Amino acid sequence: MADSRINVPAATRRDEAIEVRISIRHAMETGYRTDEGGKPVPRNVIRSFACRYNGDPVFAVRVSSGIAANPYFRFFVTARESGTLDFEWIDDAGARGTAQAAVKVV
Amino acid sequence: MTAPLSRTPVSRRRLLQSAGAWALVSPLLAGASAAAAQEMPAIPALTSFLAGRSPRRERLRLDLPTLADNGQAVPMRLTMAGPFAPGPTVRAIHLFSEVNPVPEMAVFEFPIPPPKVEIDSRVRLAGSQRVVAVAVMSDGALFAAVAEVIVTIAACLDGS
Repeated sequence: MADSRINVPAATRRDEAIEVRISIRHAMETGYRTDEGGKPVPRNVIRSFACRYNGDPVFAVRVSSGIAANPYFRFFVTARESGTLDFEWIDDAGARGTAQAAVKVV
Repeated sequence: MTAPLSRTPVSRRRLLQSAGAWALVSPLLAGASAAAAQEMPAIPALTSFLAGRSPRRERLRLDLPTLADNGQAVPMRLTMAGPFAPGPTVRAIHLFSEVNPVPEMAVFEFPIPPPKVEIDSRVRLAGSQRVVAVAVMSDGALFAAVAEVIVTIAACLDGS
C-alpha cells in the first residue's frame, strides 16, 4: 500500500504552471484522542513537507495538527525543464516519507 | 443521529437534521470579501506574529465553507493575485485558528516565486470559528484574509 498519491499533468508547456496534487496517508494524531482502553493516543503529526524540482526547493509547508488527517496539498510550480519532483515529509516521531513524480515539460 | 442511507448527499441531510436551518446555505465557498469584511479575531499567536504591523485586507483570499458538517476535514483554498516576479513576491502564507488548541495551523512557504498562488488543503477545526490567513511578501508587506466557519460536528471533542 502506497503511503502517498501524486497527480501531475502528463505534460506542461515551459513557463506554464504545473498543478501538483499530493495526498499522504498519515493519521495526524492530535494527541487529544483516546484509544478503546481510554489511554490517550500520543500526538504524532507531520510537521514538515517539502517539494523539490530537480533538486531545487519550490514549495514547502510547516504543518501542525490544524491540517486534517491524510494531508492533502494542491499547489502550482513553474514548468522549467523536464525532470523529477521530489516530495519529503517528516512527522513528530521522526519518521520520514518520500515520493517522486516525473514532470514532462514541452 | 445517524444519517440513514439515502440518495440525498449526507452533508445536506445532516444540515437539515442538526442545524434545523432551512436557509439553503449551500456549501459554497465564502470568500473573505463576502458581505462585510470579517473582523480580525484577537488570537494571541497572531498578535505576536504581527508584532504591531497591520496587514492589508486585500489581494489574499481565504475560502472555507460557510457551514462545515465535520470539523475533522474542512476544505480550504488560498488564492492570491499576482504578479510574483519581477518585483515583490510572496514568501509565506500563515494560517491561524481562533479556537483550535494549536492556533498556528500551517505555514505555506514559497522558496521561489510561484507561477500562481492557489493552495488547496484540508484543515481541522475544533468548533465554529474564524480562520485568518496572512501572506508575507519579500518586501515585508503583509496581506490578510479572514473567513468564518460554522462547524456542526467539531473535531477534538470527547477525544473523537
